[in-house]
Amino acid sequence: MTMKKKYNFPWRTLLRGLGGLSCALVIWEVFARSGLYSQALTPPLWTVVLRLKDMLEDGAIFAHTGVTMLRVLIGLGISFAIAIPTGMAMGTSHNAERMCSPLLSVLMPIPSLAWVPLFVLWFGIGNIATIMVVIYASIFTLTYNTWTGARAINQVWTKSAFVMGANSRQMFWHVMLPGTMPFVISGLRISFGRAWIAVIGGELLASPDWGLGKIIFDAREYLETETMLAALVIIGLIGIAIEKLFLRPLEAATIERWGMAQSKSN
Amino acid sequence: MRRFQDVLLACIPFAIIFLAWQLLSLYGGFPEKLVPNLGQIGQTFVRLASEGILWGAAKSTLYRLLLGFLISGLVGVMIGILMGRHKAVEDVLLPLISFVYPIPGIAYAPLFVLWFGLGDMPAILLIAFASTFIVIMNTWKGVKSVKQVWIKSAEIMGAKSTDIFWRIVLPGALPFILSGLRLGLASAWRILVAVEMLMSVKVGLGWMIFGSQTFLNTDVMLATIALIGLIGVILEKQIFEQIERRTVIRWGMVKG
Repeated sequence: MTMKKKYNFPWRTLLRGLGGLSCALVIWEVFARSGLYSQALTPPLWTVVLRLKDMLEDGAIFAHTGVTMLRVLIGLGISFAIAIPTGMAMGTSHNAERMCSPLLSVLMPIPSLAWVPLFVLWFGIGNIATIMVVIYASIFTLTYNTWTGARAINQVWTKSAFVMGANSRQMFWHVMLPGTMPFVISGLRISFGRAWIAVIGGELLASPDWGLGKIIFDAREYLETETMLAALVIIGLIGIAIEKLFLRPLEAATIERWGMAQSKSN
Repeated sequence: MRRFQDVLLACIPFAIIFLAWQLLSLYGGFPEKLVPNLGQIGQTFVRLASEGILWGAAKSTLYRLLLGFLISGLVGVMIGILMGRHKAVEDVLLPLISFVYPIPGIAYAPLFVLWFGLGDMPAILLIAFASTFIVIMNTWKGVKSVKQVWIKSAEIMGAKSTDIFWRIVLPGALPFILSGLRLGLASAWRILVAVEMLMSVKVGLGWMIFGSQTFLNTDVMLATIALIGLIGVILEKQIFEQIERRTVIRWGMVKG
């Protein structure tokens, strides 16, 4: 008897999924065309698709997306540069932990978007305010995760490295850092989610000249619901793309590379 | 003595920040309106608190949070359980949800304003909408994680399907449901302040910050942010840790 397992493509799941999606779209279309609600507020799907096409052909959307992405990247980069050393210090030194953790637990529960009006007053409308919001949104989760990761490092590893005569630099680069990495990566994934919310919210509230949030904000002023929906689709797609094509594989790769079994189970 | 040392160490970063702030505001050469000193912020906080303005704003913000969260909790848990129990529901809803889920809730705010107008109701609806998906996803995963062996053995022992649901599926999924609700509340809280700013509600903590921007009342903004932080700590530490301690930790399902 051959043990070759036959792979059944999940046709039923696919069909049901498509059914659900098309059902939602049909309901929208019927509602939009019924005239119960102004078409300016609930545009038919085709107008949204046309607007999406216009935006892509026009090309300004790429500049807006680029500016938003750049803000997220710079903000996350700065967060990373501060959070990793802080988290590491907190995980390895009791004094650093006792010093920083109360500050962390006071600042963490304040929503980053609450700071937007203040940042606008201090730094003006534009890049600095939005980047600051991204930093605020991401830095605490990243610090917290690095800290947890550094604390969770198996004592056996550090002890055996110590016994084998590793100096403190080797200890850091070859034991501490790789051991903490899976936590850092999952922290990065969560931070990106928060930063993404923060940058869109920040752009809505601060309304700088460029950015995806700005498109939505402007569209409201001119009552262009189809532009808003098209922008929402773009925002959603970018979020999904980064999560599925970059962060998830990165997480899977680090976990696999360093054989962290405990993260695999969930 | 150790306890005393802990407190002392914890005070260091706060002391540094406060000192730096005070120096910046007194000698930094910035306009007092933009960088008020700590005394002014404290006075403003006390004044706003004693006049009941802070409490009034906090009350209406919390009311929005709780109502929105109640809706998202009920709807989210119900849909999540349906998805976990019935493959057909899961197949139909999962693609839809996984498309809407990653769009930041706050991005819908202008759309909700167009559809439902300004004010309280759209703010609550948006809060509910934005926090539902994480509750759905967690509940769904929780129901899926209930061991088939438990269900099968209960079936063999003659349990009715309602019994199986109430006594096995629901308690089994509870750790996930609770963490979903916790995340839902946290995400609702995270955007609520911004939603209030965009929806121009009549009273609310977010609106207070946004309104103060026009009049350069930085002291009011900072006092409000301090209160927001305080409420956040209470929500996180008090409410959910208590619920978890009384249920899943007590039942030995999750380590305390």
